[in-house]
Amino acid sequence: MLKVVVVGNGMVGHHYVEQLVASEIEAHITVIGGETRPAYDRVHLSEVFSGRTPEDLAMTTRDHYRELGVEAHFGDFVASIDRDNKIVTTESGKEYAYDKLVLATGSYPFVPPVKGNDLEPCLVYRTIDDLGMIQAQAKDRKIGVVVGGGLLGLECANAVKNLGLETHVVEFAPGLMGVQLDNGGSAMLRRKIEALGVQVHTSKATQVIEENSDGDTRLVMQFADGGSLATDMIVFSAGIRPYDQLARDCGLTVGERGGIEVDYHCKTSDSDIFAIGECALFGGRIFGLVAPGYRMAEAAVSQLGNDSVAFQGADMSTKLKLLGVDVGSIGDAHGKEEGSVAYTFSDERIDVYKRLIVSADGKKLLGAVLVGDCSDYDTLLQYFLNGIDLPADPQTLILPYNAGEAPALGAAALPATATICSCHNVSKGDIVSAMDAGFCSLAEVKAETAASTGCGGCTALLKNIVDDEMAARGLEVNTAMCEHFNFTRQEMFHVIKVESIKSFEELIEKHGTGRGCDICKPTAGSILASLWNDYVLEDKHVGLQDTNDTFLANMQKNGTYSVVPRIPGGEITPDKLIVLGQVAKKYQLYTKITGAQRVDLFGARVQHLPAIWEELIEAGFETGHAYGKALRTVKSCVGSTWCRYGVQDSVAMALYVENRYKGLRSPHKFKSAVSGCTRECAEAQSKDFGIIATENGWNLFVCGNGGMKPRHADLFATDLDDETLIKYIDRFLMFYVRTADRLQRTSVWMDNLEGGLEYLQKVVIEDSLGIGAELEDQMNNIVDTYQCEWKTTIEDPEKLKRFRQFVNSEAEDREIIFVEERGQPRPATEEERQQILAKSA
Amino acid sequence: MTNTQQAIEPQTITLCGLSDLIPNSGICAEVDGQQIALFYLPSETPQVYAIGNWDPIGKAHVLSRGMVGDIGGKLVVASPLYKQHFDLLTGECLENDQVSVSAFSVSLVDDQVLLSL
Repeated sequence: MLKVVVVGNGMVGHHYVEQLVASEIEAHITVIGGETRPAYDRVHLSEVFSGRTPEDLAMTTRDHYRELGVEAHFGDFVASIDRDNKIVTTESGKEYAYDKLVLATGSYPFVPPVKGNDLEPCLVYRTIDDLGMIQAQAKDRKIGVVVGGGLLGLECANAVKNLGLETHVVEFAPGLMGVQLDNGGSAMLRRKIEALGVQVHTSKATQVIEENSDGDTRLVMQFADGGSLATDMIVFSAGIRPYDQLARDCGLTVGERGGIEVDYHCKTSDSDIFAIGECALFGGRIFGLVAPGYRMAEAAVSQLGNDSVAFQGADMSTKLKLLGVDVGSIGDAHGKEEGSVAYTFSDERIDVYKRLIVSADGKKLLGAVLVGDCSDYDTLLQYFLNGIDLPADPQTLILPYNAGEAPALGAAALPATATICSCHNVSKGDIVSAMDAGFCSLAEVKAETAASTGCGGCTALLKNIVDDEMAARGLEVNTAMCEHFNFTRQEMFHVIKVESIKSFEELIEKHGTGRGCDICKPTAGSILASLWNDYVLEDKHVGLQDTNDTFLANMQKNGTYSVVPRIPGGEITPDKLIVLGQVAKKYQLYTKITGAQRVDLFGARVQHLPAIWEELIEAGFETGHAYGKALRTVKSCVGSTWCRYGVQDSVAMALYVENRYKGLRSPHKFKSAVSGCTRECAEAQSKDFGIIATENGWNLFVCGNGGMKPRHADLFATDLDDETLIKYIDRFLMFYVRTADRLQRTSVWMDNLEGGLEYLQKVVIEDSLGIGAELEDQMNNIVDTYQCEWKTTIEDPEKLKRFRQFVNSEAEDREIIFVEERGQPRPATEEERQQILAKSA
Repeated sequence: MTNTQQAIEPQTITLCGLSDLIPNSGICAEVDGQQIALFYLPSETPQVYAIGNWDPIGKAHVLSRGMVGDIGGKLVVASPLYKQHFDLLTGECLENDQVSVSAFSVSLVDDQVLLSL
């Protein structure tokens, strides 16, 4: 088998191994890493001082390599390469033979040749071990200096600042991030960083570093301009140099200023040796970013197989957060191209700076600088990378939006080749193909293509493309539920289920922002109830319920509640009817028969609810869930028992169905009915699911609705026996609970369901998704764990505490006023109320 | 005008104990005929908030029974009647700047909820 030896196990070396393992190429891979730990995320190194552990940064483990069949050795550097015999030898004397050798040795920090740079508190910033040394030197010290005001220097300054040290940045050049930013952008960055308490010293050439004799700090830096700076520690982060010594020693061609020269295939001057990442020199350039390194790794892997991928160089545009400041740089940030024109926008109130470099003819974007606000970065990058023609007034791309003229680059304008996610090299074409294959939601596209799962910088753009494509396909665009979750209800359901999330706290911590609101909380509460069926007033769920769910009653316009006991199928004994009348009289409630064959008792004060329910439960009533997004009633006609035309016992079926699904929490309320014959007296075809008796069994109708937007239910299946009928309803309801959007009735859900009735029939009847048993199990679990929430509540003194009108008195709300009308109480109008209150005062 | 010379002492009233509060939700207290909605958010600082219980839009004493959360970084309660949001610190209505409710100063001392008058 082909023997491949990979020297170096940084991010790029690891990517190479992953790509090779994933390819069809048969190879025995040996990895030799100089650091003692396997590859980790070096880009986010400074986060180790703000709560992440080295384990969090790990990209792989020894065990994982073992599982992949990769032989890996860590903590041993390669000392020499014998090209003639194709053998590498490590410092510890081990020898490894290779057919193909890959050098992914990376780079080392450049330490300016200044006298004193080898004193003990002078360190570098590159590896996790370096961080350990920085931490040790920072202990009980006050001041830290970072030498280097470039990208890496500022990353490092973040680390030093996170250690709690007074932080200074010393830069040789006149500005910060001189490579990526123009003077204006650099000045704005400085302003913002200084506002964060980091002191910036530019145009400073350090001449000597000395031990401090006065003892207050450990070191003093002397500058060429005569100034000096006292500090306890110095970290050099002033750039990188390629680790190319191995290549030099074995005679490979290296660049004048370092770097192992490679061609389009990342081959060195020896065709059996590749070099990738920061040690490689391509077209006279070193690519010190991770994304180009990954592309090199992919190009090098492809050379071992049949399809050859070329490395074409890479765009060095970058967007990042330095010390919490958003910084973006695209293309020719300095406007070096002849005749180029610049547009600059600066707002010092909010410290935002934006600059565009545009071609002489005003048509193409050549470069851009963004400091303090990178929201335009994705759009500008697309203009740049794809050579898209700029709008007539390019300045509108960076000016603050005015209502109605937001100059967003339509996703439709991007060519299929446009790279959307550079971390995972996902193009717009890849996203469209994924959607063609049926992965339509944002979450599905992310899972399928890996887009936006790296740095996350393309999140907004990806969403635009997905939304745009969905609109183009005539699908409803999914929008975020609220400011706290970028989910639809369906996505939230999926996440809660897959990750077995049991509380809102856990959900928002993992997947949301902020504290939640009256949109996402009840949605999560409903999903948690649908999945796990906990008592809705358990402590951890209390804050998630709307007032109706909290007080297990429906709030009316004057702050009192209505009470609706369950009367399954509309069948009620005289004794129970009498109890309803007695309770209504005792608590002075207004009574009305509802359209759902129940009795609604209005005007209950919050403090009376428990007593009312105690009497109702005593008489055998259960809660009717009129307050919840749940099953209301299953209406029925009297059926074959009494009716001359009835062919089946519709009341018995209604009772069974109502008792089975009572308490099931769903995206919206849902209703049902059972008719005993085709005369359809129970109006089953206007219900979410309706059952109509036939000579041979039952016909099932689904997704009907009365109300504001009536919809005639669809005939779903015919002549079902009892068992099959219930099986189909179980599956239908659970599939609705799983997939519908928040507050979406079954009728609207059906209208939006791709494939419509036929698809639903396939899922439920033919079990085309193979989830039938799972849906039934889930339903059985809900049925088995049913509890009457009112019964649970009145048995728990703790829960009853909430039903006090006032926490500090027994008084009632004297401003709730009723007047009598047609022999019953009703809420006073505001005018009547004011009059009555004035009289009593 | 004989009262003008009288010193006004800052006064606090104990409304209830910590155990009367319901985490991440509201309850109602009454002081001199005035209804005060009290909210207990254990993971926030401060942990207790008090605003008037009267919903000026829905015209009922119901704010204590609304759902709490945050909108644009502001801690709010949503009216259970018509869902407008009221700022727990200032009493301002987020949807209608013509409307607001009173905000009160409350604190949690030794597991007691104190209202400053």
